Amino acid sequence: MSTDVLVVGIGGQGVMTAAEAIARAALEAGYEATKTEVTGMSQRGGVVCSQVRIGERVEASEIRPGSARLLIAFEAAEGLRWSHYLAPEGCVLLDPWRAVPPIVSSGVHQYPADPAGEMRAANRRVHEIDARGIAERIGDARLANSVMLGAAASSLPFPEQNLRNQVLRRFGSGEIAAQNAAAFDAGRALALAARFFPPQAVAATEGKPASAIASSASS
Amino acid sequence: MSAVLQPAVAPPTVNREFLSGNEAAARGAWEAGVEIAAAYPGTPSTEILETLAGLAGVYAEWSTNEKVALEVALGASMTGRRAITAMKHVGLNVAADTLMTMGLVGVKAGLVIAVSDDVGFSSSQNEQDSRFWGRFVHLPVLEPADAAEAYAMTREAFSISERHQVPVLLRLTTRVSHVKRTVATGAREAADAMRHGYRKDAERWIITPNHVGKRIELRAARDAALARETASSAWNRFEPGADSRLGFIVSGPAYHVVREAFPDAPLLKLGLSHPMPLDAAKRLAALTERVLVVEEVDPIVENELKAAAIPVHGKDVLPLQGEITVPVLENAVARLSGGSPQRRTAPLKAAVFPRPPTLCAGCPYMGVYFWLGQLKDAVICGDIGCYTLGCGEPWNAMDSIISMGASLGVAHGMVKGFAGDADAKPVLAVIGDSTFLHTGMPALANIAYQGGNVTVLLLDNRATAMTGGQDNPGTGQRLDGSAAPRLDFAKLVEALGVRPERVRVVDPYELPTFFKVLREEMKVPEPSVIITNRPCVLSRDFERRRPLEVRDDQCNGCARCLDVGCPAITVRRRESQKRASGKVVDLAWVRIERALCTGCDLCAKACARGAIVAA
Repeated sequence: MSTDVLVVGIGGQGVMTAAEAIARAALEAGYEATKTEVTGMSQRGGVVCSQVRIGERVEASEIRPGSARLLIAFEAAEGLRWSHYLAPEGCVLLDPWRAVPPIVSSGVHQYPADPAGEMRAANRRVHEIDARGIAERIGDARLANSVMLGAAASSLPFPEQNLRNQVLRRFGSGEIAAQNAAAFDAGRALALAARFFPPQAVAATEGKPASAIASSASS
Repeated sequence: MSAVLQPAVAPPTVNREFLSGNEAAARGAWEAGVEIAAAYPGTPSTEILETLAGLAGVYAEWSTNEKVALEVALGASMTGRRAITAMKHVGLNVAADTLMTMGLVGVKAGLVIAVSDDVGFSSSQNEQDSRFWGRFVHLPVLEPADAAEAYAMTREAFSISERHQVPVLLRLTTRVSHVKRTVATGAREAADAMRHGYRKDAERWIITPNHVGKRIELRAARDAALARETASSAWNRFEPGADSRLGFIVSGPAYHVVREAFPDAPLLKLGLSHPMPLDAAKRLAALTERVLVVEEVDPIVENELKAAAIPVHGKDVLPLQGEITVPVLENAVARLSGGSPQRRTAPLKAAVFPRPPTLCAGCPYMGVYFWLGQLKDAVICGDIGCYTLGCGEPWNAMDSIISMGASLGVAHGMVKGFAGDADAKPVLAVIGDSTFLHTGMPALANIAYQGGNVTVLLLDNRATAMTGGQDNPGTGQRLDGSAAPRLDFAKLVEALGVRPERVRVVDPYELPTFFKVLREEMKVPEPSVIITNRPCVLSRDFERRRPLEVRDDQCNGCARCLDVGCPAITVRRRESQKRASGKVVDLAWVRIERALCTGCDLCAKACARGAIVAA
């Protein structure tokens, strides 16, 4: 059995990088992990969905609809688009920020009025985090990913510090690293204060760490 | 530093890395001592060469097309250097002419053709199964299931290639190329100097008719040797299982899908899948009540087994297109046993607007598509790349997209087809710099030679943009960052036969000028080429300007700026107004996202009221 996590957003938001940080943190903790997405044309402002599977052993790389434990959405409508991947006990971490594409601006299609409300109406557990707003207050909207990962950290089957290390390892030790650390910690504090994830959420994970083969995972 | 007791013997140099299948294939090639790598970018194959370019001791280049790349690899192999070429599935169609000859003349030093099939056609004009080339050209085909196998198979592929003097086809798919897993990697083999060297061998490398017969005989001998190799290859593996009701024969990433859904089933995993290990398949069939062949995407293994009188199921229950996922496989097996096709109810999808890929804010193509979308009386043949984006909203600017470089040939044929019609429509072809150099040039020479009245828009954005902004002969830089001669497109199209007066270079941000030139060239009854000269916004040459904003007191909600199609412009408020004439008009008031805006001024030029100004 595996812990399945979806990270979704639009091209250019850093969805793949965020998903990779989760996968590498799992490897560091001794799990096996896979990460996949369909890229290519989607990079041009299109839909991006990265799938991470974590477990003692992972076979297929694609998550089955109805079985994801966590959906991290960097954009409101994208959260709604992928919400059918969630398991009944799963939950959505949603940045309510809206990226309105030309296909909506030109009046051809409508943006959903209340993506979070629609998901709740379908009995989904939705935790909204104004990650972009928090990121802007720290200094840069691009820090939103680190806020979201910080908020997700306590729901994953490995120590929060592993994920924090993976987020920060890309930035060395300068100002950008400090900002990302602040963003991650802000997200984490928010999730703890709002009790997004009860403590037993971690224990409920079915995968168990394999031998620490991946502790030297690099590149 | 604290004193730490060191083990007497150093551990073997094995690293665990988290790699995609593409990165892993590159790593395997590097460890096998590959010295030359040539490719043309294309999803999902692009990262293979990008990875190799960053590894020491490898000469790597973006060639102008896949055929050239394959020939570069062949030439390198002839000098005794291990070589690799990488491409997407449709790229191998372009390289096919040379590939067919290579099936006869073979190779000297190991040569691997890594081809990645876009199973599920997320960014391609079709879905094709590259394993057919193995049969057509008589090549061994390796099919990794994941990154670890992509690494190990690529490493070994060079030895197979040298042992049989044959190019090896490494067949990847999206869910190998773009899935990251842990891979145990090792060290690079020293390049074998004994391999190096070229000796003239006319009977081998000159494939004139008098040499063909001999090469066909040798190929038959090679086929027999490869069949022996596949029968004993460790890449073809039998996995026993307790449940003998249904056995599986599976190749590629579908292996993991079968293992997840049916962990107790006996299974034959094909790795060296061509030539087929028929005896192993027969053994599995004898052990199980029924056999299901699980392969992406055509029934190739299935048909070969049926031809060998081995009773199997396959595409009678599995779909003929797309990826095989766990639910797809479960449904197929349920159908096979006559059960209900759904083990579990699939959860309902929410209805959300489509979000197709779109042009970037400030893209120099936006102004071009803005005008093309308004030419209701013309036929516009598009091409592969960011021209495909011109098919979408709000421009709907293209009539056709066929294949790399096809816009010009198709446009010329339409002109000849319309000839004599009273209401013949003007015909345009739209192509980019890299695509033009890939396969557009011969068609333009033909247009000029035949006098086809096509207006060609050569949109030079100094990048192979759609695949990630790779360099090409028009960018002035090579893959390694060194300066290269920058090809002069105006001189090139003149040299291909277009009259100098009919070659116009324009700034695509100057909307009125561009439209004037477009109208002029469409009126002229001879071949003409309009070259636009602004770089891709994602390229190093692009210069961002001050962002723009909307002066609300000047905006009348006419929404013409939205026709530009820029993702930086969003609607604040919509309203329907009834005019005095009784006509109802839809109005929209907009704002410009400052963070996205590049200050290109296209929307300001589209605004009749001067309501869009520098912020």
